Amino acid sequence: MLSDIFYKLWDAGLLQLGVWETIYLTLIPTAIAYVLGLPLGVLLCITDQNGLHPIPVLNKILSVFVNIFRSIPFIILMVAMLPVAKLLVGTSIGNKAMIVTLVIAAAPYVARMVESSLKEVDAGVIEAAQAMGSSNFQIITKVLIPEAKPALIIGAVISTVTILGYSAMSATIGGTGLGQIAIVYGHQRFKDDIIWICMVLIVIIVQIIQELGMMIARKTDKRIRK
Amino acid sequence: MIEIKNLTKTFHTANGDITALQDVSLTVRDGEIYGIIGLSGAGKSTLVRCMNLLERPTCGQVLVDGRDLMTMPRKELLKTRQGIGMIFQSFNLLEQRNVLKNVCYPLEIAGVPKAAANERAVELLKLVGLEDRQKAYPAQLSGGQKQRVAIARALATNPRYLLCDEATSALDPNTTQSILALLKEINEKLGVTIVVITHEMRVIDQICDRVAVIDQSRIAEEGPVSEVFTRPRSRIARELILPGNKSSVSEISGGKKIRLIYNGERSTKPVIANMILECQVHASILAADTRDIDGCTYGYTVLALPDDERQYERVIGWLNEHHNTYRVED
Repeated sequence: MLSDIFYKLWDAGLLQLGVWETIYLTLIPTAIAYVLGLPLGVLLCITDQNGLHPIPVLNKILSVFVNIFRSIPFIILMVAMLPVAKLLVGTSIGNKAMIVTLVIAAAPYVARMVESSLKEVDAGVIEAAQAMGSSNFQIITKVLIPEAKPALIIGAVISTVTILGYSAMSATIGGTGLGQIAIVYGHQRFKDDIIWICMVLIVIIVQIIQELGMMIARKTDKRIRK
Repeated sequence: MIEIKNLTKTFHTANGDITALQDVSLTVRDGEIYGIIGLSGAGKSTLVRCMNLLERPTCGQVLVDGRDLMTMPRKELLKTRQGIGMIFQSFNLLEQRNVLKNVCYPLEIAGVPKAAANERAVELLKLVGLEDRQKAYPAQLSGGQKQRVAIARALATNPRYLLCDEATSALDPNTTQSILALLKEINEKLGVTIVVITHEMRVIDQICDRVAVIDQSRIAEEGPVSEVFTRPRSRIARELILPGNKSSVSEISGGKKIRLIYNGERSTKPVIANMILECQVHASILAADTRDIDGCTYGYTVLALPDDERQYERVIGWLNEHHNTYRVED
């Protein structure tokens, strides 16, 4: 039954590879999305009307740009960005190309996550830092980001889970991982049990990411009395 | 010396312009504790924020040691701010840093090497009586302890000035006393010039040398505390300093009531005792609020008198004869 198929796929090494590729196709794009999204989020936060360094025009432009990418459903954006992938990594197929499209979809999402986390830092604390003669750069690196750390970690967990979902979708155009196994081995061969196995594995991966992330967030948050 | 010259601050909001400060001028002298008192919304918080340019005045001058903050390049302004400490009503500590690291923050900003910064921070925590809480986080401290950490942090860079924005308003009376005592000590021992913003009379009363009373965006009155307190000239100063003459006692039921009003008579004059002895009436005190300023009494006492018409007339006659101010209450 279900377990027979599970062991068959496991012995063939397919599931292990699927799990590994899913993790790989999630964490690498998430990491790159943060490299781009973190500065973008900081920029969105500080150029805001009530931010550290208001530049309303820039803020508006960035905001519209982010909103455009956020409003296109990933499955469409993914296909539309394949030429960009070709331009950047020289191919429009395979995981390399998938990483590019995932990053393009995820970076604006991450930017919004970062922005909202940073905006939750108490304005009074920022004011105190200004009164002590901090430059804006010092406030960003020594106040905004460290003070928002627990919220940033929670945001990263949510982003990672979202990107994991995106990475599974990339199976439709050649991405690998559990999503691909579910579609190619399960859906296209009418094997519902394989779909179920993939689903359970994805749920387990998500649970581990979620619990681990929340634990780290709790551990780092010094606002909790211990 | 901090000099504010003809300062005006207007906020542009969606609902039109709001003038927070209008043509304000004042001088904070070196070594003194200067109080600024006013009701909420009077503009006092905006005024103190103009002293380190957290708020940029719409026009006017802010001179610190003779140098105009308004025309200073930003780099220099940041440097100048390191010489002006500030504490707040809500303490504004870095929640993710422990006590020691909070006090180290301004030193990091000033580029002090880590070891020296730690040493200085410990020294300051000793001054504010918190050397045993170095590793605690702000969430683990009481309000009074948080304000002590904030004071230590504000003093880390050896500032010549300390701005206090409603620093005791979130604290209970006992803690307020201890924080005020600490500020006084800092002023006397370290020679730090302190500016205190408050809406509480007792804060001014207790530690300030001079006071400015601010009302509706303007300075209504300014001078040495003893002078302003004994002879408040402006309406707002009288309202803030003298105990209320308006509070109602109508909810206190029964009999005839009169309100004796004291407007600077000698405190030692036993008005009520004399009245009772000479008029031979029983009177009881229903309510009272008085303040002794330099041996003179300000305030009121509400007395319940017997219902007997003749006794009541006798009291009124006596009060008129002895030139006491009174009002018959309903």
